[in-house]
Amino acid sequence: MSIGTGRLFALLVRRDLALMAARPGEWLLPMLFFLLVAIILPFALGPQPAVLGRFAPGILWVGALLASLMPVATLFALDSADGTLDQLAVRGVAGELLAAARMLALWLGFAGPLLVILPLAALLLAMDMAGLGMLALALAMGCLGLCALAVVAASLTIGAKGGGGLVALVVVPLAVPMLLFGSRPAEPGALLLTSAAALLLAAIAPFAAGAALRGGQG
Amino acid sequence: MATPDLHAYANPLRFRRLAVAFTPWLLLAGLGLLGAGLYAGLFLAPADYLQGESVRIMYVHVPSAWLALGGYLGMAIAALSARIWRHPLADLCVQAIAPIGALFAGICLVTGSIWGRPTWGTWWVWDGRLTSMLLLFLLYLGVIAIIHLHEDRARGHRMAGLLAIIGTINLPIIKFSVEWWNSLHQPASIRLSGSAIHADMLWPLMLAALGFLLLFAAMVLMRMRTLIAGQRAEARARRLAARLG
Repeated sequence: MSIGTGRLFALLVRRDLALMAARPGEWLLPMLFFLLVAIILPFALGPQPAVLGRFAPGILWVGALLASLMPVATLFALDSADGTLDQLAVRGVAGELLAAARMLALWLGFAGPLLVILPLAALLLAMDMAGLGMLALALAMGCLGLCALAVVAASLTIGAKGGGGLVALVVVPLAVPMLLFGSRPAEPGALLLTSAAALLLAAIAPFAAGAALRGGQG
Repeated sequence: MATPDLHAYANPLRFRRLAVAFTPWLLLAGLGLLGAGLYAGLFLAPADYLQGESVRIMYVHVPSAWLALGGYLGMAIAALSARIWRHPLADLCVQAIAPIGALFAGICLVTGSIWGRPTWGTWWVWDGRLTSMLLLFLLYLGVIAIIHLHEDRARGHRMAGLLAIIGTINLPIIKFSVEWWNSLHQPASIRLSGSAIHADMLWPLMLAALGFLLLFAAMVLMRMRTLIAGQRAEARARRLAARLG
């Protein structure tokens, strides 16, 4: 029995989304973490709306970046532990395809909830609501890049002993361009540059993760 | 597992012979050139008319920055050749370069910071170049972390190599974006004086840079020998254990 690549891709995405629906923590916790960042920062920065509003886009970006580290630990580890990865490899499913499907599913399951809660988080931070649309767009695109990095980081640490905190070391330097363009989306060209940085990462990530899924061989 | 010996230098024994022969020369020449460059830089070269004597830290700072950048590129090339040609030593080369590159990036950051205190009046500014060096340092740490996260050392090497390659693709973007970001915040008033350096300052700088480069090469060769020796010792211990068990 053989099925086309496109259909296989759709099946893999659907499987990931179904698993995510069955394990609500996977998409709820990053969203809550994101909201939590918006809740605790006013305690550190002070409640003045002028201060909060000025820093709101940056705070929300940092929140999204930190939240994107949460799924890394389980992204491939569960499938590796129960043998799913081996099964898929034995059946000739390319690692690149699997990684691309997982990236897309993660993006839907991560960016979607984030954008739903974004207005509330922006409200808490007294953000100027006129800029919310642009920030939402920048975050939506940036999240694609963050998910790409999460997939890469997760694939590089398959079979590694612990060290979840070290994943941040892999993700953060590579996420910096998106962070600094994306957190000022009103600047001319910044949205496009955020998207460019994110799309480049999304284009590289499946190949890097695919190679890593094969154990770094081939 | 026996693989056909396609590459003359892939043979660790042959590599070791060459490395043993080259290391002392590289080391001596590197130390000599570095000594000459630093002497010339510290005592012969003129002080800067704006920065005064503090400019002399440049003779350590600038070569470190070059080697940190070049080392990362070298590491990525080693990782790429490990992937393409399955060169057994190329993977080791990644592990050998990573801490040394990180060291030079660290030296660059620390000397830059020491220089910044009298010149800019602060230990740290988010200048575009400083920031991209900081991120390069973090990229190095990421590669080192990935190597050591994996118990299976060969796997760790391959994974770290992948990260080095991804980092290299992103390095120009990081550098460009950080400089763009910085220009939003501060005008070009405090920038390194980049383009025009007087010849009296340039030749000590070149000597020091060449000396550092040879030292870098010597250290990489020494580390690779250490890593190969470690692998051999491990393999011997395994054989011994198998025979006794």
